[in-house]
Amino acid sequence: MADLAKKEKPARSKAEAQGNYIFNRKWEPVLYMLPFALGLLVFTIYPIVRVVIMAFQEKYRLSGRYDGFGLYNFQYVLGNDDFRNAISNTFIYVFTVVPIATILAILIANLLNQKIRGMAIFQTAYFLPMVTSSIAVGLSWRYIFNSQIGVMNWLLSLFGIEAVDWLGASGGVAPWNIVAVIIFGVWNMLPFTIILLLSGLQNIDPMYYTAAKVDGAGSRKIFFRITVPLLAPTIFLTMIINMISAFKVYNEIIPFWSGRPGAINNLYTMVYFIKEQFYSKDRLGFASAAAIILFLIIFTFTMLQRYVQRKFRY
Amino acid sequence: MDFDDGKLTALLGPSGCGKSTMLNMLSGILPVTEGHIWFDEDDVTNMPPQDRGVGLVFQNYALYPHMTVLENIAFPLEIKKVPKAERIEKAKEMARLVHVDQLLDRKPGALSGGQQQRVAIARALIKEPRLLLLDEPLSNLDARLRLEMREEIRRIQLRTGVTTIFVTHDQEEAMSICDKIVLMKDGVLQQEDGPQELYDDPANLFVANFLGNPPINNVEGFIRDGAFVTKDEAVTIRYRNFPKELPEGREVILGIRAEAAIISRDETHDFTSVIKTRSTIGKEELAQLNLGEQEIRVYLSNEYEDEPGQAANFHLRRKGVFLFDKETGERL
Repeated sequence: MADLAKKEKPARSKAEAQGNYIFNRKWEPVLYMLPFALGLLVFTIYPIVRVVIMAFQEKYRLSGRYDGFGLYNFQYVLGNDDFRNAISNTFIYVFTVVPIATILAILIANLLNQKIRGMAIFQTAYFLPMVTSSIAVGLSWRYIFNSQIGVMNWLLSLFGIEAVDWLGASGGVAPWNIVAVIIFGVWNMLPFTIILLLSGLQNIDPMYYTAAKVDGAGSRKIFFRITVPLLAPTIFLTMIINMISAFKVYNEIIPFWSGRPGAINNLYTMVYFIKEQFYSKDRLGFASAAAIILFLIIFTFTMLQRYVQRKFRY
Repeated sequence: MDFDDGKLTALLGPSGCGKSTMLNMLSGILPVTEGHIWFDEDDVTNMPPQDRGVGLVFQNYALYPHMTVLENIAFPLEIKKVPKAERIEKAKEMARLVHVDQLLDRKPGALSGGQQQRVAIARALIKEPRLLLLDEPLSNLDARLRLEMREEIRRIQLRTGVTTIFVTHDQEEAMSICDKIVLMKDGVLQQEDGPQELYDDPANLFVANFLGNPPINNVEGFIRDGAFVTKDEAVTIRYRNFPKELPEGREVILGIRAEAAIISRDETHDFTSVIKTRSTIGKEELAQLNLGEQEIRVYLSNEYEDEPGQAANFHLRRKGVFLFDKETGERL
């Protein structure tokens, strides 16, 4: 058998074998990457390119026809009341939810980092939002915020506070709608932030605490002068990630008003606007232009944060 | 045990002997399980760390990476709510004392190991502690810096006169700069005395073995007619400085420091041996000899010129020769 094999397949020269080897080294990895690369190309890179093109194509229709290139889509979007409403709502959401969630997460992570009995139960409880669907949980929150039978108003009534119309509107205004969304948003953001901060806390060498204790530092002093500064890089990391995700607020709007943006269409967010233009109104150009504006806003804030973050590296 | 006021004491022992535990109990980080700690007249056994007035220098310095050198040094005063101008003034004074006054605005990450060490010492000293504790302060430095820093620690200690306890496992470090050495093993005090006293007069075999480089020679044997006989009965050593009453037949270990055996100029001698090999380390020359089947190393004087393989007569000096009970390790 061995002889036969030899005859059929004559020994190749060393150079030839090496050539084949190099070929394998070069192309084998490409084959391994191909399935993922194709997916990435089709579902991420191509849509991005397409969105950029569509944003500048005027009156783009699904048939593929359009009336030349220009900035009309941007002009329209920036002048649109719903979009302006969306920008202001999104900014209010981002700049309340992210700081509140960050501060709460720092406090909770600090508590979870201590050695207390039953800590595993607490840790599980705090990470619950992470493993539940935000739409499903949002529906539960809808009942919590119900003005007649909701837990929230019942809790407030214990403190003698009058019932709040969280999700409704009266007299053409619905001031509490956004507050409800912010509360839900904070709740949603906490677990992920806590996990990251907890790992950051566990990376702080306990000798710093010992050193400070020997010098007589109290727990407040240690928290503000040692823990928080040493945690700063992690805090910035979570803030960047949370800010990006908060700019894309959408899931937090949907469950409360059965898919409408607020009780009286007052709670447009940027992603809600994009989705509405794209799917409900078939205005692909407007949707694309809005998406690019959202991208530029997120990009600017991320760069800003990276710049600030550099000052907190040791 | 006692740590003397205003002196530099080394807490010496092999790894895991309890010296760091002891230091942590002194500082108040670890609770005391048994016994009491007094600072002068004050029982501090159950006192929290901040009330004890101890300054602690950690093995890894534990400098706060987000604070500048100046902020690090001033931090203990910041905790004590000393006014800002005053604590900066004091911190600068401390920085001058430890020679880091050029680096005040740097962060610890931009300092060398030796500089970090100096900052850590300044931070420990700024609150004028009654007791300065140094936990293996030199173990993270390279050999050259270690020499420099141990002299620095001695200088700063003498300058400030603060009672200092210095934890180390390096006998050379302890011997070179300390007023007193407390030698521990397995959590038990072995001996406490001045470095030279410890070297010249060890209480037991462990102390004798732990101190000195090259290490002391251990020769196993027993006592016969008031003389030491090696295990294999090949060599008998009669030594004028042996204790008068030696227990007959007891198994013992004879400790001979490398500098304690010298070649005799005449026929009088304590033992005779063949020089097997000679090796020069720096300016010193070590020779390997056999005592029966056991090997020992001794320093050779410069005048000795014979090739290895020659027999020579040796005297034992007055210092550096000890007999230990083989079973208990106690000095006889």
